[in-house]
Amino acid sequence: MIQYAFYILSALSVASALMTVFTRKPVYSVLYLIFFFFTLFGHYILLNAQFLAAVHLIVYAGAIMVLFLFIIMMLNLNKEIEPNKSVVAKFAAVISGGLLMIVVISAMKGVDHVALNHRSDIGLVETLGNVLYNKYMLPFEMVSVLFLTAIVGAVMLGKKEIK
Amino acid sequence: MLFRRNAIVIFMCIELMLNSVNLLLTAFSNQHNDPSGQIFVFFIMAVAAAEVAVGLAILVMIYRNARSVDIDFFNKLKE
Repeated sequence: MIQYAFYILSALSVASALMTVFTRKPVYSVLYLIFFFFTLFGHYILLNAQFLAAVHLIVYAGAIMVLFLFIIMMLNLNKEIEPNKSVVAKFAAVISGGLLMIVVISAMKGVDHVALNHRSDIGLVETLGNVLYNKYMLPFEMVSVLFLTAIVGAVMLGKKEIK
Repeated sequence: MLFRRNAIVIFMCIELMLNSVNLLLTAFSNQHNDPSGQIFVFFIMAVAAAEVAVGLAILVMIYRNARSVDIDFFNKLKE
C-alpha cells in the first residue's frame, strides 16, 4: 500500500520537475517547482524525516519561491524568449545528463540492503536538535555568519546608485 | 548552449539539483540510522537560501543595467 503511494509520488515529482525545465513561461516554471516541493514533502514524510519535511516546505515553498515570484513580477520577465535549439544540442544535453544517472544506478546495484534495527525517532526534532547542538555546533555558528554576509551582500547589491 | 536562456529558470533548476541531493542524503540517513545526513540537509538548505538571496540581487542589478536576463547576451568574458 505504501509502495503505491511512493510510486505515485515519484511519478508526480519527476513529471513536475520535467515540466519546470521544459515549459516556456517562467511563471509556470515557478508554479511547477512549488508543486515539486509539495511532492518532496510527501517523500520526506515517507522517509520518516518529519522535521526536514516541515522545514523544507516552509523555507523552500514558502519563502524562496515567493522571492522568485516577486522578482518575476517586478521585472516583468514572463516573456518567452527561447528560440528553438538544434536537435543535436538537445540530444547531447540529455545524454550528458543521463550519464550521471547511469553512474549512480550502477553504483547502487550490487549493494545488499541490510535493514539495521531502525531507530524510529531519527527524524524527530529532539534527536536532530541533540546532534546539531552537541556535535555540529561550529557549523551552526558559521551558518549564522554566512547569513549575515548574505544579508549585507544582498542589501548592498540592491541599492540604487544616486547619481 | 544550455536548454534555457532565461536566467530565472536557470536559478530554479539549480534549486532542483540541490533538492535532489537533499532527498538522496535523507534516504541514506534513513538506511544507515545516522542523523548526520539530515543535519547536512539542514545546512545545504541554509546555504541554498543564502545563495538564492544573493543571486537574485545580482540578477536585479544586471537587469537594471542591461534590460534583459538573456544569458546569451552576457558572454562578454568570452572575447
